[in-house]
Amino acid sequence: MQNAADLVVPAIAVQPSRRHGARPSRPSHWLLIISAILLSVLFIGVPMLVIFTYAFREGIAVYFSQIAQPATLHAVWLTVLTAIVVVPINMVFGICVAWLVTRFRFPGRRLLITFVEIPFSVSPIVAGVTYLFLYGSQGLLGPLLDSYDIKIMFTVPAIILVSLFVTSPFVARELIPLMQAQGSEDEEAAITLGATGLQTFFYITLPNIRWALLYGAVLCNARVMGEFGAVSVVSGAIRGQTNTLPLQIELLFNDYNVTGAFAASSTLALIAVVTLVLKYLLERKQTS
Amino acid sequence: MSLLSKSSTRGILPGFGLTMGVTLLYFAVIVALPLLAMLYKSVNLGWADFWTIISSERALATYRITVGAAALATVFNAVFGVLLAWVLVRYEFPGRRLLDAVIDLPFALPTAVAGLALVTVFSTNGWFGQYLEPLGIKVAYAPLGIALAMMFTSIPFVIRTVQPVLEDVATDAEEAARSLGATNWQIFARVIWPAIFPAFIAGCSLSFARSLGEFGAIVFISGNLPFETEVMSLLVFIRLDEYDYPAAAALATVMLVTAFVMLFVTNSIQAWQLRYAERS
Repeated sequence: MQNAADLVVPAIAVQPSRRHGARPSRPSHWLLIISAILLSVLFIGVPMLVIFTYAFREGIAVYFSQIAQPATLHAVWLTVLTAIVVVPINMVFGICVAWLVTRFRFPGRRLLITFVEIPFSVSPIVAGVTYLFLYGSQGLLGPLLDSYDIKIMFTVPAIILVSLFVTSPFVARELIPLMQAQGSEDEEAAITLGATGLQTFFYITLPNIRWALLYGAVLCNARVMGEFGAVSVVSGAIRGQTNTLPLQIELLFNDYNVTGAFAASSTLALIAVVTLVLKYLLERKQTS
Repeated sequence: MSLLSKSSTRGILPGFGLTMGVTLLYFAVIVALPLLAMLYKSVNLGWADFWTIISSERALATYRITVGAAALATVFNAVFGVLLAWVLVRYEFPGRRLLDAVIDLPFALPTAVAGLALVTVFSTNGWFGQYLEPLGIKVAYAPLGIALAMMFTSIPFVIRTVQPVLEDVATDAEEAARSLGATNWQIFARVIWPAIFPAFIAGCSLSFARSLGEFGAIVFISGNLPFETEVMSLLVFIRLDEYDYPAAAALATVMLVTAFVMLFVTNSIQAWQLRYAERS
C-alpha cells in the first residue's frame, strides 16, 4: 500500500519517462490551454504579484526600513534559527527511517511507514494543541517540568519541537521511494568487501541519494520557515521574543501596517520561489 | 546461531538496531507522546462533558461551515486539477514548463502569506474585490473566502495525483478506440476517465482532508465570526485563547479523529488505485 503523501509531490526517484504532449492543433485544444493558464494566473499568479506590489508600493526605501524594524528582524532571526536546528535533525531522522524500511524486512514495516507520515495528516492547530497538553502547565508533563522550574511552552524550544513534529516526514518521504528503487546490491558488495557500516553509508549510499536528500531538506526548510498554525499555538507570540516571521506578518497586519506585513511576506514568498527553483534543479540532477 | 538466522532474514547490511532505535525513539518523543497527551486529556474529561463540548451549537456550526467550504474547495480543485493535468500532459505549448512549476507554489508558499495575499486581492478595494462586490459577490470576510483559502492551499493535490497516471495512459488503447470509430468524447469517457478515476478520487480526498484542517490562510480572510465564518481549527484556537483547555482538547480530538478517518479513506483509495493500475 502506498502512502497518501507519496503522491502529493511525486518522488523524484520514480519519474517515468515523460510522455511528450502534442502540439495543439485545433481551437478546442487552445481553449483548454488558455483557460488553464488563465485560471492559474488568476488564482496563483495574481496573489503572488500582489505580495510584491504591496511590499514595494511605498518605494524601496520604505520596504527596507520595514524589514529592518527590530521586531521583524528578530522574527527573521528566530525563523532562521528554527530552520537551522530543525532541518538537520529531520534529515538524520529521514535517513534513519529510509535505511530501516528500505534495507530490512521486518514485521510492522508498512505500519511504521504509515505512522511516520502521520504528521502530514494532522492539522497544524492540532499539532500545536498536542504539544500544549504535553509540556504546558495543564499538560501531562507540566507538573513535573514546573517542579524543576523548566519552562518549555511559549519559548523558543517549543517552536523548535512543534516544527520537528510538523516536518518530520519530509526527508523520509523523498528518500524511501528512491532507496527502494535503487536496491541494496552496492551496499551489500561494499560490506562483503570489508567496508564498515559508516564507510558504506558515506561512500556508497550518500552519493546515490544526495540530491533527493537535499530536495527533502529544501521542502522541509520551506515548511519550517512558513509554519503558522502550530507555532502560533505554542509560541505565545510575545512580540520580539517568540515571534517567527509568519506570526510577525499577522501581527503587522492586525496593527494595520499593511506595507510592513507585505514586506515581511515578500521575504517568505521569495523563499518559496527559491524552493521551487531548487526543486526543479534537483529533480534534473537526480534523474540525470 | 542467532547471528546466522539474523543475516538470513535481514541481509548482511548493518544498522538495523541503530536505525530502528533512532526511528522509534524519535517517533515516540516527537509524534506519539504529544498525540497521546492530548488524547489522555480528552479521555479524562469523561464522555458526558466531552459530548456536551463537541455537540454545542457553536461547535456544530463550525463543522457545517468547515465541511461545506472544504467540499466547495474540493469541487473547484477537482475540475481545475483535471484541466491542468490534462493540459500539462497532452499539449506542448510555450510556457508549459513554467506552468508546471508554478502549480507547486501553493505548497511552497506559507499559509499566512497566502491568506494575506488573498484577503488583499478580494477585499472591498482589492484588485478583484472592487469588481466582485458590486455584483453582490462577497469573498473576503464571508464563507466564500474560507472556501477560497482552502482551495488555494490545496490546488496541487488533484493535479499531482492525476498527472503521472495520465502520462501512463496507454496510447495504443486510445488509438485502438479511435480506429474503431470512437469520437474524442467517447475516448475520454470510456478509455481515459476510467484509468485516471482512482487517482482523481485519491487527489480529491487529499485535498478535502487538507482543507478540513487548514488554519493559516483562513484566519486572514474569513472574518472569524461565530456561527458564520468560524471554522473548526479557529474554534480550537479561540478556546485556547480563553484558557478553556478542556474544550480545546475535545475539539482538537474531533479534528484528529477526522484526520485519521480521512487518512484511512485515502490510503484505502490508493490501495484500490494500485490494484486497479496493476490489473489494467
